[in-house]
Parts: sequence; C-alpha cells; structure tokens
Amino acid sequence: MWRFLLGGALVSLFALIGDVVRPRRFAGIFGGAPSVALASLALTAAKTGPLTASLEARSMILSSLGFILYVCIAQRALATGRWSPMLVSVTALGIWGLVAVAAGLILEALSQ
Amino acid sequence: MIPSIDFSSVREAHWWQFAVRFVLGGAVTACTGLVAQHWGPVVGGLFLSFPAIFPASATLIGRHETDKKLKAGIHDSARGRKAAALDAAGAVFGGWGLVCFGLTAWLTLPRYPTAEALALAGVVWVIVSTSLWRLRRHH
Repeated sequence: MWRFLLGGALVSLFALIGDVVRPRRFAGIFGGAPSVALASLALTAAKTGPLTASLEARSMILSSLGFILYVCIAQRALATGRWSPMLVSVTALGIWGLVAVAAGLILEALSQ
Repeated sequence: MIPSIDFSSVREAHWWQFAVRFVLGGAVTACTGLVAQHWGPVVGGLFLSFPAIFPASATLIGRHETDKKLKAGIHDSARGRKAAALDAAGAVFGGWGLVCFGLTAWLTLPRYPTAEALALAGVVWVIVSTSLWRLRRHH
C-alpha cells in the first residue's frame, strides 16, 4: 500500500512539474524523472537493506538505456509521422520492454 | 531562454487525467516491489526506469494543443504531435539523467545513509538533465 501511495504521489508530482514549466523541451526532462526509482529504492532500502536497493539501482542503469531508446524513437515518430501521441507513446513501450528483457538476461547470465 | 511557469494546461486538464497518472505511478511502483519479491532485485530493478510519466504527458500535451486549434476553428493535429515530439526530445535528457541517477544510487547506497544517497542521486539527475538541455540549446 505504501509503495502504491508513494509511487503515485511522486509520479504525479513530477508529471505536474512537467505540465507547468516551459519551454516544452525543458518540461520534457520531467518525463524522465526518477519518480518510480525514488519511491522503490527508498522502500526497498528500508525493508530489505541498502545492498538490495543498490542491486536494483544497478539493473536500472541498463533499463534506463531502454528508456532513452524509447523516447528517441517516439520523438522521431511524432516529429515525422502522422500517428497520435497516445498511439506512439504506448506502442513504443515495447522497445523499452525489449531492452529491459535483454538487460535482465545479460545481468542474470553475469551473476551465474 | 530561462525556464518559466505556465498553468494553462493544468487549468484545462480534467481531474481524471491526474487520477490516471496517480494510479499508473502507484501500480508500477507496487508491481516493481512484487517483481523484486518473486524474481529478486536484479529483475525488479529493471522496472525502476519504466516510462510512467511520458505516455500520459505526451497524450495530454497532444490533446491540449489540438483542442486549442479546434477552439480557433482549425482542425489540425500536427501541432499537437510537434509539441509531444518536443516533450520527447526533453525526455531524452531526462533519460541520460536517469542513467546517472542509477549509477550514483548503485555506488552510494551501500556506503552512505539511504536518504543522503538518494538525495545525491536526485541532485545528479537534475544536474545531468538540465546541463544536457543547456548544451543542446546552445548548439
């Protein structure tokens, strides 16, 4: 329950900041805010210790590269295509998912 | 250009759009905890960079700009797409900040108190993201 409330509050806060600041490109920075990470790492460190939270942060480094690829492709599709922002931003989530899965497999292989 | 504040998009937004963001953010964070519980922190940590903000923001921006055009009697969705593309361009800077946030948290969490380590990681995110934005603006 605490995870849900803290995560929801942080995502809402960063999203709201992104809504009100200008110029638009600067506001976009908040689309990549570490809202889920802050809530999750704080609660994981409190519950299971900072070493476990540190391992989660290490995985996050690789999946963040997937985030960058996701927004780069979304940006290109929105700037040049005729698809709606909702369709592009939701469909392109698959790219983030693919990179996250690949990162998970690499990390699992390295840890064995 | 110095960043400024404009509340117009918030004034015209519907309450359910904020509710969707809250529920989505909460659900992703809760799921991250459940995944970490079942498959361990290595797999759970992958979800810490889940794009929980960008899809809703891009949709909201696109709709806001298209509605503004419609009110002026012009049916044109291109402006909404361009505005969402600019938002995505900014999110790339935020993404690089996210990589540096993860790196800082990975290195500092075992060595410093959690609050200090996460505060430092947050500061690194702000510095990296805004510095990249400034650099891009000057070139």
